[in-house]
This record gives sequence, structure tokens and C-alpha cells, in this order.
Amino acid sequence: MEAERFQYDNRIVRNFAVASIIFGLIGMLVGLLVALQLVFPALNFDLPYTTFGRIRPLHTNAVIFAFVGNGIFAGVYYSLQRLLKTRMYSDVLSNIHFWGWQLIILAAAVSLPLGFSTAKEYAELEWPIDIAITLIWVVFGWNMFATILKRRVQHLYVAIWFYIATFVTVAVLHIVNSFEIPVSFMKSYSGYAGVQDALVQWWYGHNAVAFFLTTPYLGLMYYFVPKAANRPVYSYRLSIIHFWALIFLYIWAGPHHLLYTALPDWAQSLGTVFSFMLIAPSWGGMVNGLLTLRGAWDKVREDVVLKFMVVAITAYGMSTFEGPMLSLKNVNAIGHFTDWIIAHVHIGALGWNGMLTFGMLYWLFPKMYGKPLFSTKLANFHFWIGTLGIMFYAIPLYIAGLTQFEMWRDFTEDGLLRYPNFLETVTQLVPMYALRSLGGTLYLVGFVVMMYNLYKTAVAGKLVANEDAEAAPLAKVQSARYAGEGWHRWIERKPTQLLVFSLVVILIGGLVEMVPTFLVKSNIPTITEVKPYTPLELLGRDIYTREGCYTCHSQMIRPFRFETERYGEYSKAGEYIYDHPFQWGSKRTGPDLHRVGGKYPHSWHYNHMMDPSSMSPNSIMPAYPWLLDDELDTATTGAKIRAMQTLGVPYPKGFDQRANAHLSKQAGNIAAELKVQGIETPSNKEIVALIAYLQRLGTDIKGQNNVNFGSETAAR
Amino acid sequence: MKFINYLKSIAGVDVFPMISLLIFFVFFLLLLWYVFATDRKEILSLKNIPLENEDNTPHL
Repeated sequence: MEAERFQYDNRIVRNFAVASIIFGLIGMLVGLLVALQLVFPALNFDLPYTTFGRIRPLHTNAVIFAFVGNGIFAGVYYSLQRLLKTRMYSDVLSNIHFWGWQLIILAAAVSLPLGFSTAKEYAELEWPIDIAITLIWVVFGWNMFATILKRRVQHLYVAIWFYIATFVTVAVLHIVNSFEIPVSFMKSYSGYAGVQDALVQWWYGHNAVAFFLTTPYLGLMYYFVPKAANRPVYSYRLSIIHFWALIFLYIWAGPHHLLYTALPDWAQSLGTVFSFMLIAPSWGGMVNGLLTLRGAWDKVREDVVLKFMVVAITAYGMSTFEGPMLSLKNVNAIGHFTDWIIAHVHIGALGWNGMLTFGMLYWLFPKMYGKPLFSTKLANFHFWIGTLGIMFYAIPLYIAGLTQFEMWRDFTEDGLLRYPNFLETVTQLVPMYALRSLGGTLYLVGFVVMMYNLYKTAVAGKLVANEDAEAAPLAKVQSARYAGEGWHRWIERKPTQLLVFSLVVILIGGLVEMVPTFLVKSNIPTITEVKPYTPLELLGRDIYTREGCYTCHSQMIRPFRFETERYGEYSKAGEYIYDHPFQWGSKRTGPDLHRVGGKYPHSWHYNHMMDPSSMSPNSIMPAYPWLLDDELDTATTGAKIRAMQTLGVPYPKGFDQRANAHLSKQAGNIAAELKVQGIETPSNKEIVALIAYLQRLGTDIKGQNNVNFGSETAAR
Repeated sequence: MKFINYLKSIAGVDVFPMISLLIFFVFFLLLLWYVFATDRKEILSLKNIPLENEDNTPHL
């Protein structure tokens, strides 16, 4: 058959690569700023837009969805065209995908510092942006599948399976976790409450790691490592097992983020078992990547691209060993809520995602610009300073994590907490935070050097925007199985079947975990004393989520003596049934707040928010002076109550009309109590609502509340 | 009420764990069987797909 001539689209690859670099720089700079804020709290600048709680989500979202996200798309668009021997299906769709994704990132960069946040980690973006993400994701999938359908290669190489699984699973995760009820433009409440919200969120959160940070990068590994080494992958058989085992097991692992919490035990155990099994496919993949270089290790010494890739794959192996270990309950008891987790994720982010992206970029730019890399020396410098940066980042945080745990649980001979003041356990860690910032700086310096190097490479050459290629057209793909063809071979050349199979495989785990939690009432034993939040408390809670308090404070007391001694009675599932969204948090840079209600007088909170160090000397918490000045926005109180009613919170009928009157009364009472304690403040300030919320936290089961909504509250 | 009470109320619930175990094992057995039954030559051609592009200019 005569060969057809066509052209690969390199411009779209270049665009995504440049976007990845630019947003990578921004994301890492913001990361460095949040790291430094823990050392020098003055760097919060006493401004709402620059406080830790608002810009830490900016850092995580920028790095995950902007740096890694654009990196994925650059790699996918490059490899997909070549693996299928065809141009992308539609340049228009490619461009809509590109610009749409950048607009979403821009919307995130503006809305997160402004305090628009759903307060669900790595899914903080508000509902209009969630919808935009869904649409753009569909455009990506459409373009990818249409390209697969017009391919000139019979079989789909394993990298493409990983891309397909990524597309399908991220779509499912994003849609399920984003069930939220809009209250106004840029404000919504999670459709799930408490334990259920936690389960959905971490099913999402863990699989964002799995299917956004891992599977697409494994696809890239299976393409770019063989390309860079100029030899095929070590074992194609292993890659098939790797693929199916990984997606089959990963989807179950989410509950390991919730060990020892109020999540039902059976779900915790399921999460542990599957997380532990994950070690097998993960290491299978790592071994497959590394052994691709067997007999070519001398190349690694010469070739900086391979160096980056080797470190990336090694980091993948390290974090996928550490992950299953951290999923064991006894290890998790140590690591959970500490900086160990931050170290763990950065081995993955800086090591696996970062280094693989760098290796890929150093390989792609010379190819696309038709010029050798500007300086191999600088690239080698980047490699070494980047690797050193990872070590300087992670090792201090491992030490910090273990120190934190040891101090939290240390008892004196008399059976009292040795460090009853939580702050002592924080100030101890500040030197480690400083070292970690140094590690981050080193990594960033390497990144900037790479930018310069790639820029010089690009200007020396000229972008081959449309690369000529030719290949024989594919005879019509027969839909039935050929004689003697295995079933898997048949699936492999049928993208739709591959999509459906992947979907089935990932849905099994999600459904088994979530359906019982939603349907079986006994999973969340109700507690009669637990009542909905008053309107003022609800608005106070919105301030809590707006300011991102969950980025440092948990609301989950685990059933350990060292926790109940410090914070009080351990947390029960039934206490969270009105929490849309849940606010259990994932790390404690500050103490747990689940039972902070009634612990301090109103005036303490007032002064603490104005200047934390006035109440707790050496505190590294940012100050929140604007809460004292800004007036509480009560225009949407009614809408918020109605939204809560829609979600099943039993406010009496018509309460939305009376909510603001109820709110004013409670605010008046708090202002009056503050006055007695020597603080004069109008009752319509935001701080009053926040105090109301904080004072309510965890008090229901103590029977201290006399919540009255003016008529009988329907039983849930 | 403990979760187990709801499980107990399902008729023939004792076969569920066995079914789950079987699904799990059969899934992986089929996978292994398929992988090792595949023709060596075919595997070789598949793993070489990324290297088929004629473009072999050095990248450094």
C-alpha cells in the first residue's frame, strides 16, 4: 500500500510545554513562599490574599493541575501522534483544550487568593470552574479518541492505555467529588456531609494522585524512556500486567487517608489491604522502567535526559514503597497529620513528576527546534542541584514528622502530657522548615537554569511546527476478532472496549466502598444531641473554609490516649452529619480544633485572630486583622439555609426567612459577652460569626448546647 | 447497630466473600494466562512501536 504523507502538530506540544514551565515556576515560587511563611510568619503580610490558608491551595493546585497537567498534555500530544502515526484529529479541539485549560488555571489563580474555595483538598475550585474543567476534559478526551480512531497503526501501545485510563478515571473522580449545591456565583456546599464527604474526597484525593500524577506519567515513561534510551521497554508482558493490576487496585486505596478516623472500620481495612497490594504493580512498573536501561547504563552516565529519568523512576519506586507502608495502621498512626506526609508527597512531586517532566523537556526541545540542547553542562547542573534539592526538602521533613509525633505522644512519669502546649511541638520544627525551604530553593534554582537552557535552545533553532511524516494507511480495522487472536489483543485495538473495560475496573472499587456508606445507616450512628449549625455559626464556618483553616488544623480527634488527653473525647461519625463539606484536615501545623468550643473565652479568640502571638508567644499562625473590620455578609443567609435544607439539614420550614433575625440575636449576645470581657466590637463583624462557630465546635455531645430554631426541628 | 447486622440479613451472604475472592483471582489468572500465552514475536513487534519512527536524530 502506498505511504500517505501527513504532518505531526508540534506547535500544540510546544505550547503545553511552555505553559507547564511558566506555571511550574509560579507554582513552585508560591510553594517556596508558603514554606517560608512557616519560618517567618511576617511573610503572610497581614493580607487576606497572601495568607497561608489561601495560597497553600494555590500552590498545590498550580503544581498538580498547571505544571504537571500541562506536562501531561505536552507529552500525550507528542507521543500519541507518533504512536498512532497520525496528526491529532482536530487542531481546533487541540487549541480549545490548550486555551481552555490555561483559562481554568488563571481562574484558579485569581479565585483561590480571593477566598473562593470549596475547602476540599486539591478540589478547592468553585462550581463554575468545576464545570469548565469538565467541558475542557471532554474536549481532551474527544480529541484523543478521535485521533485513535483515525490511526495508521493497528495496535494501541501500552502508553495509550494509560492515557485512556487517565481520561476515564479523572472524569469519574472529578464529577463524583464535585457534587455541590450552588448558593451563589462562586459559593457552593458539598453535596455530601461528614464521613461520606470524607470518603468521597479521599477516594478522589488519592486517585488524583493515582490517575493524574501517576498513570499519565507512567504512559509518558513507557514512551519517553525507550525513546531516550533508544531501546524497547524491558518487558511488554510486564507492562500489560502493570497496567491492569494498577488501575484495578489503585481505586480502592483512598480510605488509607482516613485510618483511625470516624470512618467505619471495614472501609479503613479495605483501604489498607488494597494499598498494601499496590506495591506489586507499582514496583513492577518501576522495575520495568529501570530495566529498560539494562545493558545501557553507560549511556546514563553520558545522557542527562536518562539521568533525570532514572531519578524519576527511582523516586516513583521510593514513594510507592512508602505509600503502602504508610497505609498500615501502625505506621499511619505515626505519619498521619505530621510533616512526614508532606515529605512523602514531595518525593513523588519533585522526584517522580518533576524529574520526568524535566527529562522529557530536555528531550523534546532539541527535537522540536531542530537544534541540539544549548548546554549539556547546565542541564547536568540542573540535574545535580535538583536532586540535592529533593534531599534537602525531604529529609528535614522526615525528621520533623517523627519529632512531631514523638512530642505529641510523650507522657511524663505521672501520666501527663510532657508537651501540653501544642505550640512547643511546632516551634521545635521551625529549623527543619527553614532547611526544607532551602531544599525548595535549590530545586527552584535548577528549574530556572532549565528555563534559560531551553530558551537558548529554542532561539537558536526554529520550531518545526508541522513535522513531515509518512506511513502506510491502515486497512480497515476489522471489528470482530481475527482467527487465533487473543481477547486482549482484540480489546487493545479497540479503544472503546479499552475505555469500557477500564471504566468497569475502576468503578468496582469505588462502588464497593461508597455505596454501603451511603445506604447503610448504621455506618454513621446518629447522636440525638447533634443539631444543625445556627445561621451565625454557619456563616462563621464559611469564613473558616474561606480562609483555608483546614490547611493547618484538623477536626478529627483519633482514639489515642495522647490525643484524647490533649483535645478531649475522640471524634464520632455522628458529630459530622451537618458538615457540608467535612473539615477533618490532613495535617496539623496547628492543634486539632474539633473540641475547641468552650475551651477559651470569646475574647481569647478575638485577640488571637487579631494577633496570634499576643495569646501564644512565638506562634507561627498568620494574623487575621480583616476579620475584625469586615462586616459579615448576610445577604445570602436565606439562600444558604435553603441549600442546607435541600441537602437534608433539618431546619424548620420557613426558617430561611427568620435566619437573619436569629443570626442578629446570637451575634448581639456574643458582642455583649465580649464587652463584659473588655472588648468593644459591633456585632456585625465577621469575627463574631467565626467565634460563634469555633465556640460551637465539638460541644454538642457534651450536652452544652441549647440550639433552638424557634419551632420544632425535624428529626433527621 | 453494627454493620455486620445488615450483612447477616442478606440471604446467602456467606458466598459473597468467596465470589469476591474468585473474581479477584480469576481476573489476575486470566491476565497472566493471556500475557504468557501471547506469541513472542507479536510481543516483540508491540514493544517496538515507539521506536518505529524513522526520526532518530540525536537529542543532545
